[in-house]
Amino acid sequence: MNRNMKLAARILGTYAVIYVAYLYLPVLFLPLFSFNDSIYISFPLRGWTLKWYQIMLANEALHRALMNSLKVGITTALISTVLGILGARAVTRYRLPGQKPVVGVIMLPLVVPEIILAMALLILILRLGGSLGLVSIAAGHILVCVPFAMVVLMSRFEGFDRSLEEASHDLGENAWWTFWRVTFPNVLPGIVASLLLTFTISFDEFIMAFFLGSTNPTLPVFMWNQLRFPKLLPGVLALGACILIASVFIVLLAEWFRRRNNSDAQTGDMIIG
Amino acid sequence: MNRRPPNPLERLRAHLGRRPALRGYLLLSPTLGLVGALMCIPILAMGVMSFWQQTGHMSFDMSGTLQNYVEALTRDMYRVLFLRSLGIAGLTTLATVVMAFPLAYFIAFYVKRHKMVWIILVTLPFWTSYLLRVFAWKVILGYNGAVNSGLMALGVIGEPLTFLMYNPIAVVITLTHAWATVAILPIYVSLEKIDRSVLEAATDLGDSPFMRFIRVVLPLALPGILAASVLIFIPTVGDYVTPSLVGGSDGYMIANVIQFQFSRGSNWPSGAAISLTSMTIVAVLVAVFAWSARRLSGRKS
Repeated sequence: MNRNMKLAARILGTYAVIYVAYLYLPVLFLPLFSFNDSIYISFPLRGWTLKWYQIMLANEALHRALMNSLKVGITTALISTVLGILGARAVTRYRLPGQKPVVGVIMLPLVVPEIILAMALLILILRLGGSLGLVSIAAGHILVCVPFAMVVLMSRFEGFDRSLEEASHDLGENAWWTFWRVTFPNVLPGIVASLLLTFTISFDEFIMAFFLGSTNPTLPVFMWNQLRFPKLLPGVLALGACILIASVFIVLLAEWFRRRNNSDAQTGDMIIG
Repeated sequence: MNRRPPNPLERLRAHLGRRPALRGYLLLSPTLGLVGALMCIPILAMGVMSFWQQTGHMSFDMSGTLQNYVEALTRDMYRVLFLRSLGIAGLTTLATVVMAFPLAYFIAFYVKRHKMVWIILVTLPFWTSYLLRVFAWKVILGYNGAVNSGLMALGVIGEPLTFLMYNPIAVVITLTHAWATVAILPIYVSLEKIDRSVLEAATDLGDSPFMRFIRVVLPLALPGILAASVLIFIPTVGDYVTPSLVGGSDGYMIANVIQFQFSRGSNWPSGAAISLTSMTIVAVLVAVFAWSARRLSGRKS
């Protein structure tokens, strides 16, 4: 029995290592070929170079796309996190009749295919005589990001001790000051995590940005447009490698904030909601 | 004389004080309102448009017809794309769940310390660019890609293999990798929740480890497996990026035709009808799947 357990542990452990390699290795081909001194993305490697990075950094259109992505990302992060705070506060503090279906509706953008959300928004915007651009992209991104902000913040609001608020109230603080002096500092790590994660989602999002954007693209759409030209592929790889590293850094930072002083937070809340 | 009538704001505040549910909804209203404005109203608008006919650039005959739905359900091309999308999403869901289960099981039952490190390690790719994760497979499977050029450099093959990319299998392979990380967490959470004493009880009552797995672990993990399946199946049916990058014309999916109708095809009402038809088909399939899985597990216990 015990030997069976050990054997099972070894087999499963090996499987886990292979699985993690499977998750990461395909993506690592992007940085690998971005240092390759050849216009062709193929083996054998021709030697190391940084020239694709230099070419990429010198590209003016890329700078504009980056600025667009930053504008949209920061706007999205701020608005969806504020909405997430209000929503998470409402559903964790009050017992609302019909809460489950209402939260279900807010979470719905997580499962409806993005292309359908994008096309529906496109119809409404153009029928109302609106125009496409960074604002419409941000609207689409906020819709996609609010469920994530809600989930991150709900676990934070649930994790914190209600009696602290009651104590503040008993000591004579009104609701407004109780929120700023007791609730807010306690949920601050969740707020920072929500800002970082929603920024990352917006920064990497392609479908909304592609269909709701004008000719002034965000970074992922800029990258998509470059894919048509084989000559530009190595530069795209270099750009992709930079984006990957930035995303990983931001997400690890978010995780750090989310886990801080919050050991009882659920682990599965990120994705299953 | 000194009793002033309470001003409306105070009356509202007093009213809300007595009705906490109302206060809760007031607090929730901006979030709910935004989702309503950016999702519910647009989808209603899409529903209205699906009964129109396109008569020219951005001009429509609004008299109302079912013609778009009749076409969406009867034209051979759409049927092929619907079936292919459902097949690709089904295979992807099956592959991701089957591959993720042993890993979730390992983390839940065998990792004693540093569980969090494993969880972060397997969820981290989820937050990186979807476009780049898909693009990586174009680099790997392409005509001059990593696999072909690697095998040629090693002298295993004389010329590039052409069956690697631009077909439905390439789409399944790419989607399986891109969505892998979504399957692990729900399954892990449901396994982690299993009361360990239930497992001991099964052993004490004489179940072999295999029977214990079939009769205890699997039914209790079912909610996680279901959640993972739904979270992967629905978005992959409507995926656009992957079929566009690695699918080729043989691997096109329903999202490609939706995109076409809204751009070069320039038939928005038809695109709206196809979108809503595919949403309805998927919702019905998911409901039937969830219902039958629940019955199946209900009968077992």
